[in-house]
Amino acid sequence: MTDEEITFKVFRYKQGDPAPHYDRFSVPCDENTTVLIALQGIRRDHDPTLMLRHSCHHASCGTCGMRINGKEELSCVVKVLDLGTPTVTVEPLENLPLVADLVVDMDGFYQRYTAARMPYIRQSEFNPGAQPPEGIDRYTRYENCIECGLCLSACPVVGSDAEYLGPAAMAAAWRVVEEPHDGSGQRVLEWVDTEHGCWRCHIAFECSEVCPSNVDPAAGIMNLRRKLWLSSLLRLFGINR
Amino acid sequence: MESYHALIIGGGGTGGALAHDLALRDLKVTLVERGEVTSGTTGRHHGLLHSGGRYAVKDKESAVECIEENLILRKIMPGTFEENDGLFVAITEADVEYSRLFIEGCTDCGIPTHQLTRDQALALEPNLSPNLILAVQVPDATMDAMRMALRFFATAKHNGAAIRAYTEVLDVEKTGGTVTGVRVVDHRSGEESIINADIVVNAAGPWSGRIADMVGVEVPIRPSPGVMLALEGRLCNMVINRMTPSGDGDIVVPQRGLSVVGTSSWVVDDPDNLGLPPDHIEKMYAEGEKMIPAVRKAPFRAAWSAARPLIGPRGADTGRELSRTFKCFDHVDEGVEGFVTITGGKATTARGMAEATANVVCQKLGVDAPCRTRDVVTLPHTAYFTG
Repeated sequence: MTDEEITFKVFRYKQGDPAPHYDRFSVPCDENTTVLIALQGIRRDHDPTLMLRHSCHHASCGTCGMRINGKEELSCVVKVLDLGTPTVTVEPLENLPLVADLVVDMDGFYQRYTAARMPYIRQSEFNPGAQPPEGIDRYTRYENCIECGLCLSACPVVGSDAEYLGPAAMAAAWRVVEEPHDGSGQRVLEWVDTEHGCWRCHIAFECSEVCPSNVDPAAGIMNLRRKLWLSSLLRLFGINR
Repeated sequence: MESYHALIIGGGGTGGALAHDLALRDLKVTLVERGEVTSGTTGRHHGLLHSGGRYAVKDKESAVECIEENLILRKIMPGTFEENDGLFVAITEADVEYSRLFIEGCTDCGIPTHQLTRDQALALEPNLSPNLILAVQVPDATMDAMRMALRFFATAKHNGAAIRAYTEVLDVEKTGGTVTGVRVVDHRSGEESIINADIVVNAAGPWSGRIADMVGVEVPIRPSPGVMLALEGRLCNMVINRMTPSGDGDIVVPQRGLSVVGTSSWVVDDPDNLGLPPDHIEKMYAEGEKMIPAVRKAPFRAAWSAARPLIGPRGADTGRELSRTFKCFDHVDEGVEGFVTITGGKATTARGMAEATANVVCQKLGVDAPCRTRDVVTLPHTAYFTG
């Protein structure tokens, strides 16, 4: 296993700074070195003040999202040498308030994300008392969302409409509509049926492109629209459903 | 200058659970963590809510702690666990031999077991090895490691605890033989400040030796990393454990859309430099596929190391010989007042560790308030951000 020296160009900003800047660090990387491990190495060997979020190191917690060479990724599963660039640029996610360095404030994300009240795990895969809807095996597991915010950063609409609910929240909403636990489907449909809800999406599909958990938020948004179209169509014919 | 009854160093599961416990006892409490909360060991474990079965033969103290806490956590954290139980699978005659000791040990420790035939086990978990001979079902469950711990932080915050991420301890303040607070830097702005506290608790896990060095006391901590391997897809719905004494690659934990194979064990000096030995990754495949052959072909997601904070004398070399239980040190024995260390243990027992430590803290402060964390249902993890 041979090490290769890679230059990291790291976005830096501390509260009170007049403007952000970039610092460069040289890091030895082998074929197993992830961007996250390289950044932790920078913090250990060069600059202990570098701020980044991380927790699980295997793409299940969703905290280490950032832009790597301009693309939204989880830094824990991107291998540095696979990028194939002598310089690797790392920057915080877009469309979320910057705290400092590579850290963004997730509070606003969670305010919207939690509105649909989607349970994030299935309590049991073989609970004898449960009566799962027919065809559940074919459902996309929207509950696999790891709340990383990559979809918000990549979405072209989020940046231009601060009130837009955004892909993660609407993927959660569709999950609740698809398999309502407590008759909550109608409440959630009304929540997304606004100009800042599912109708605001430009169908750019960037969210599904960057999602590291194959949640496919864009499909969730399209499904919400279809469901709402169908209900309004039925209402035209005097059928309430 | 800010002043608290208790200041906790370390934003892992133990520190979070302690902040939660002390806040419920109406203490004014703050917690400092140099990075994001759960960015050390806590977030990186394989996501197992232990039944205690793994320790039932050789480490009964840990096993009993696990089953007690397992039942409490299910109650105080609804919606956090995938409650599909676990299987200990015997695939060799030696494993079958061990299963007798295993069932006996579990019975001694109060861990319910249910023995399954090969066919019964395969009906539940079709991906198990065709070499399967028998299996024993135990009440393991799985969790998302970070989100479980965040519920402690969320609830502590709601009850008034000040949780400060990105706040690194630079030094521990002392007057004579008494710890009076800490000097910290807030990495968001670079500002340094002193926070005073009647008592400082060192809950820095594998880093607790460093904090102890600042105070000049001894904490016999051995950072003992293990390698884990995450694969795409759920290869099983139950936790699959090998029916052997604790060893490398003896567990497959389904965690939402992933399967995690764990783990190995060695000992390091620097918890910030664990490395990732490639032969340990291969070991996870080699041992994992003995239980579930599909392990070898499942798409790779990630491999990583995490350091356990095990208690043991210097000289321990693999970490396997160290107990998985926890210990609370009151350093008054070493002539230092106002400073307590909690270390060892595991995610499953974080609440119990916090209760024991909070009892020590309250006793030292002369506060008479009972522990309430066995019954208070915690807020969802998202409340850490929305609360």
